[in-house]
Formats: sequence, structure tokens, C-alpha cells
Amino acid sequence: MPSLNNSTHRPRLSLGPILYLWPREQVLDFYAEMIEAPVDTIYLGETICSKRRQLRPEDYWEIAERIVAAGKEAVISTLALIESDGELKTLQRLCADERFTIEANDLAALDFLEGRPFVAGHSINLYNQRTLAFLAKRGLKRWVLPVELGRTTAADLLRTRPPGVECELFAFGRLPLAYSARCFTAYNRQLGKDDCQFCCGDYPDGLVITTQEGQEFLNLNGIQTQSANTHNILPALAEVGALGIDMLRVSPQSQHTGDVLRIFADALTGDLDPTEGTTRLRDWAPSGLCDGYWTGQSGYKAGMPGQSAR
Amino acid sequence: MELVCPAGNLPMLKAAVDNGANAVYIGFRDDTNARHFAGLNFNDKQIAEGVKYAHDRRVKVFVAINTYAQPDGWSRWTAAVDRAAAYGVDAIILADMGVLDYAAERYPNVNLHLSVQGSATNPAAIGFMQRHFGIKRVVVPRVLSLAQVAHLIEESSVPVEIFGFGSLCVMVEGRCLLSSYASGQSPNTYGACSPAAHVEWRDTPQGQETRLGGILIERRSHSEAAGYPTLCKGRYHVAGELRHAIEEPTSLNTLDILPDILAAGVSAIKIEGRQRSTRYVTQVTKVWREAIDACQRNPQAFRPKESWHQILAQVSEGAQTTIGPYERTWH
Repeated sequence: MPSLNNSTHRPRLSLGPILYLWPREQVLDFYAEMIEAPVDTIYLGETICSKRRQLRPEDYWEIAERIVAAGKEAVISTLALIESDGELKTLQRLCADERFTIEANDLAALDFLEGRPFVAGHSINLYNQRTLAFLAKRGLKRWVLPVELGRTTAADLLRTRPPGVECELFAFGRLPLAYSARCFTAYNRQLGKDDCQFCCGDYPDGLVITTQEGQEFLNLNGIQTQSANTHNILPALAEVGALGIDMLRVSPQSQHTGDVLRIFADALTGDLDPTEGTTRLRDWAPSGLCDGYWTGQSGYKAGMPGQSAR
Repeated sequence: MELVCPAGNLPMLKAAVDNGANAVYIGFRDDTNARHFAGLNFNDKQIAEGVKYAHDRRVKVFVAINTYAQPDGWSRWTAAVDRAAAYGVDAIILADMGVLDYAAERYPNVNLHLSVQGSATNPAAIGFMQRHFGIKRVVVPRVLSLAQVAHLIEESSVPVEIFGFGSLCVMVEGRCLLSSYASGQSPNTYGACSPAAHVEWRDTPQGQETRLGGILIERRSHSEAAGYPTLCKGRYHVAGELRHAIEEPTSLNTLDILPDILAAGVSAIKIEGRQRSTRYVTQVTKVWREAIDACQRNPQAFRPKESWHQILAQVSEGAQTTIGPYERTWH
């Protein structure tokens, strides 16, 4: 495996959108910190629930301006499941603003963004080269590999990708696994979705559900279901670089996101051994680490060096 | 309103046709469709016979090629589209944009339907698929309330098909990776949720256990009935309490709201269950045919017969049925 230090291709780092409901002040403080962090691209915007309105589009645009002023790329992320007229109107408004690149997370965004450069998020089902070529013709400049796809499919897609189209990998965080009409946080608090009382705000990193034998399994975040385990691609850093992956995404969590980014940044420059970095990341993965999807296994499994045994 | 019924094999197809389906949907014997189960689905000879049987009786045949192709399997998906087109089926049900692009370019005269696995839940998404691939129908995911379905029909020029009966997906179809998180295989990548090879049933002193990919997704008392082992319907601990944290083991039945479905302008109603039995298809098709006919004759006076509910309850998976997301309180 080629040494990353000598590799001509070194992936850049990105920060995914905040997936949880945090208080407005916490969000503003978080981005103030992230603007100073070693990250190249910052995605921001509400992707889970349209009822969460503690930040409006204007707020996100203002933060995005500051991100750009700091010399980083800002990308506006959009809702993953769009059902109502109101959600569609907000999406259309976000897509109409041409100052920033938009991350499409629903087919509706592709409709609005066609003809200008856009990013396809991991909930756009891009599984093969023909879909990649089709979207590239419509303006795709970067796609996030659907999280259940591993290195074999990534390699095949990267070998035949259209010129100029970049590939981003969900590299660290609880995996986004499913979306529903039902709000599971409200459901488990015996509240209706229309009277949810924003109870997801009580769980800044989601609500973990545990199997009947005590295994932390899934993480409920409103209408989204995530993995309880934190997916971590750091041990595969050399392989990821050699394949030609362009960007690695760290998904925000309420604690230590800056530390996670620093570990990835140091590993990318060769200043930190990935296995040593992984040992440190274990402390910030409340239910343990996993990497199964990358190696073609069940997503919850952990097989790469340093991942298992908390 | 069309009644679209499932057929996992030739006897099921004939049962659907004979009992009043307007269309049957089928799949090939591989991972190109979302009911990729051992012993199920159609080979070439069976398709030819099935299409002839249905067409002789003026019933349509749709072929579902509704999983997501990866580069190493791409030719299987294009071959499936080629075969479906060659047999003169009435529509191909697709989800993958790449496969849609191939089918639309190669077979401009074949009807393409967007599968529920295509995850289109709003007019803009449907418009995008119509503009590029000329889809003639969309099967909408089970996330919209009936009011939202009605509004979608008003806003979109593509006819809408909805699921009316059968097992209930809780997540947006096409965007649920729970199965592969536990087992390594999902509807998108393999054509099945909770593939049988990864499911273990075990009797223990604590109860009957179901595992998927090694993960304990349910432990029930020996007297409780076991349904299809989807992990979204298992019991888990949430904040110290053991409960169905995602959904109860219910299945979908919309018979009670049939007049509203009709009034909403739904073009077709789909019955889930290609993996079920000939008896299931016979009973469910018969009841739904009778119900739709009665409802269309006189929607105001429509009341589901008790006998219909009894017959459907006998073939339903799980003890309870639900109107599911069509009713806002479910959300």
C-alpha cells in the first residue's frame, strides 16, 4: 500500500451538516469553532426535519459567508425527505441562491439544481457508473458514496468516473441508515409528531436503542435512524487515498468534533499513525467504532486495525 | 382504479388473473428485484407463459427491476430490462436512475413505472423522473398521509399508485439500510430485507430468539407468533423500557379508507406479497376486487364487509393491521 506521505492524492476534509437539534447558541458556537478547525469544506443546513427552525436560511447563509471569508468552502445541505409544499418551497429557495453550492439529498433538489454545479449527498442513490454519468451531465461536481457501499464499488466507480467529478466518503460518525414519516423520538416519548414538543432537542447525539441482550444497536434522531456504532474509516486512510477518494466527511457530534477533525488532519499529513489515531477516536464513540460497510461486511462490524475492543 | 396484484410464481399469477386483478407484477430469479428469495420468481419459459395467460384475459403484466445495480453486476440489470422488453410486458417497474436511463434510451416505447424503491415523495422529484425518463406512473413510498397523496395527485401529471395491503415498510423505501447494517445485504444491494441466510431462530429458556446478522432483533415468549424477521419490528430497550421502538408487528390494510383513496384520484392500488402463497393471492385479490367494484359503484354507501376483514385477517402477517402513514396520527 502506498505511503500517504508520498501519495500525490491526499483527500481533503469536510464537516457534514449537524444532524441533531441543538440550541441556536450551541450551533453558532460550534461553527465559530469549526471555522478555525483544520477542515476544508463545511456543509450546513437542516437535513432531517422541517419543524426544526431555530436557524433560518438567512442564518445559514450568514454562517456560510463567514466560512468562505475564512478561506473554506461552504455547501448548503438540504432536507432528505420532502413531503409538504412548505418543505418544497424552502428547498426551492435554498437552491435558488447561487452564492453557495447545494448538497441535494432528495430527488426534488436535483430538479431545482439541474444545470448548475451541485453535490449529491449520501441519500441520493448513486450506485453505478451510468447514474454517475447521468448526474454529471446535469451538473454533479461531487457525490457522497451511499454509506452501505464499500471499497469494491467505490474503486469501480472511481475508475470510470467522468472527468472533474469528485467522490466524498462518509468517514466518521454515526451512520445515517433510514428515514421515515414517523418521528421515532416523539413516538418513544408517547408524543404525536404534530405535537412533538421538539423532544429530539433532549438528545444532542440521538437516542440509543439497545437489544434485549444489551447491545447498543441503533440511534434514533427524529425521523432518521442512525447506527449506534460510530463508523470510522481512519484505519483505511492509505487505501482511501490510493483509490482516489477526494474528500472525507466527519459528521458532527455534540462533543469532540474538533478533536476528531484534528486527528484526521494529522493522519492525512502523516503526522499521526492511523492506528494510533483510531485508538484515540474510540474515546469519542459512545457505542464503539465500526467499519463493516467499507470492507463489504455488515455495517455494524469492526474489523480494521485498532477498531474493536473498547 | 387498477388493482395490481403480486405473483411470485406462475400459479400465483394465474390466481391473481382469475380472481380479478387488473395487473400482476412479477420479477426475475435474481437480485434485480426486491423479492430476491430462493425458489421465487420467473424464468424465461414461465414469463412467456405468464404473459400469454394474462394477456389472453386482458390483464396487464408488470416486471419489477427495482433494486440498485452496482458496477460489477450492471449487465444483469440491463439484461433484465432487455428480457422484460422482449416479452412484451405492459410496464417495467424501475428505481435506479442509471437503469431508467438505459431503459428510456433503449426502449422508448416501453412503459416505465417508478418503483416505490425510487423514493419519489413530491411533485418536483416525480417531475424530474418524468422529464428525463418519461415515467408513466409512480408508486409512492409509504410515508405520505392520504391528504398528501391527494395533493400530490393534484400537483403532478404522473398517475399515482399506492400500496393498499400487505406488509408495511416503516422507512422510506429505497433509502433504508437497516438490513445491510445488520446483515451486509439490503433491498437496494441484494433485493431482500433480512435475507434468510442471515436469520437465525433459536429456542432458549428466555424465549424464542430471532437474530439478524448475529444481532438479537427479537426475543418473544414461546406463545407469541413470529412474523417476517424485519429488525424494524423487533423489541428493544429505549431509556430503560422494553418496547417496539420503531413499529409494532403490524401490516397494512386500507380497506376502511377505500372511498377516500378513490376520491383522491389514485390510479392504482397495489397489494404487497410476492413472497406469500397462492392462497394469499387468491383470497386477497378476490376481496379487493369485490371491494373496489362495490366502492366504484357507490362510494357514499361503501362499508367494508365483515367477511372481507375476516378473510384478510386470516392471511395477514402479525395480529394487527393498520392504515399506517395514510392516517396522520400514525406519524
